[in-house]
Amino acid sequence: MTELEIMVNGEPRRLAAPATASDLLHHLGLDPRTVVVEVNRKIVRRPQLGDTPLSHGDAVELVHFVGGG
Amino acid sequence: MTAHALALRIPYLSAMTIVQTEPATHSALILGGRSFRSRLMVGTGKYRNNDDMVRAIEASGAEIVTVAVRRVDLDRSSDASILHHLSPSQYFLLANTAGCYSADEAIRYARLAREAGFNEFVKLEVIGDRETLLPDTEGLITAARQLVAEGFKVLAYTNDDLITALRLEDAGCAAVMPLASPIGSGLGLLNPYGIRTIKRRLSVPVIVDAGVGTASDACLTMEQGVDGILMNTALAEARDPVAMASAMRLAIEAGRLAFLAGRMPRREVAMPSTPDAGMLE
Repeated sequence: MTELEIMVNGEPRRLAAPATASDLLHHLGLDPRTVVVEVNRKIVRRPQLGDTPLSHGDAVELVHFVGGG
Repeated sequence: MTAHALALRIPYLSAMTIVQTEPATHSALILGGRSFRSRLMVGTGKYRNNDDMVRAIEASGAEIVTVAVRRVDLDRSSDASILHHLSPSQYFLLANTAGCYSADEAIRYARLAREAGFNEFVKLEVIGDRETLLPDTEGLITAARQLVAEGFKVLAYTNDDLITALRLEDAGCAAVMPLASPIGSGLGLLNPYGIRTIKRRLSVPVIVDAGVGTASDACLTMEQGVDGILMNTALAEARDPVAMASAMRLAIEAGRLAFLAGRMPRREVAMPSTPDAGMLE
């Protein structure tokens, strides 16, 4: 089984390949309804998460809403 | 005693009958084509705990509640999203771009916020200085233009400068949000003249954002004629955030009503309230 190494929120992560953005959220136990995903500075819209393959070296950002003024 | 308990013991605090007989205060606030009843908007940062926050927001009567976009903390076992505490069906969530120091960064955050899927509104902040958190007005105007072109309803946090406010309106902002004093300072309304001038010269709503420390600050700010106030620290850092939220709700109603009522002129000399006529010889 091959693995990919990607950056998630600035930290290196290993993931079983092949993997999509949706697989990553599932792997991290995150609810896709409360998280917004950016891959290499491009937003991945929610319906496309399962159709977005991740590649070695991708930079993924996972953000959500927190308290703020 | 909580504000609610206090209100039960002193009926006029809860009944709001004076305000309810004055329909003018209840004219809706129209922001970006949406109608809101409350002229108080509140933030969700810096509360001691989520329970305080939820109860304070409820007591404030606010409909618009600001939130921020940040990385998910992957080391935490629980999901710390604010959506676990505030329902998007109950409140209008207004995402901010706080912490952004360039137009590009603010635009990126605004796009991420919109993707969360609640609305096309953004409270745009482009900060220019870490000590004062005063806005980078050049970056602010650049970001506002771009976001308006992308269909955002932009509410722009700015300083008390008229020219910047006019430029933001010209850029297509749905509202301009000048500060009362620096973010989190609680110094109150430092430049009433500047805020009045901005209100007088702009056609879009003017919402004062930042610096209000206590109820009298909020009341005085509303008396300048502005359309509303956004605050966070004044509630979050109050000893009793729920009581302060009630105080702010009343202060904003009072200030709005006083503005609409029109104050008496200021005089340098006294004028008797009691007639001179009919005095004994």
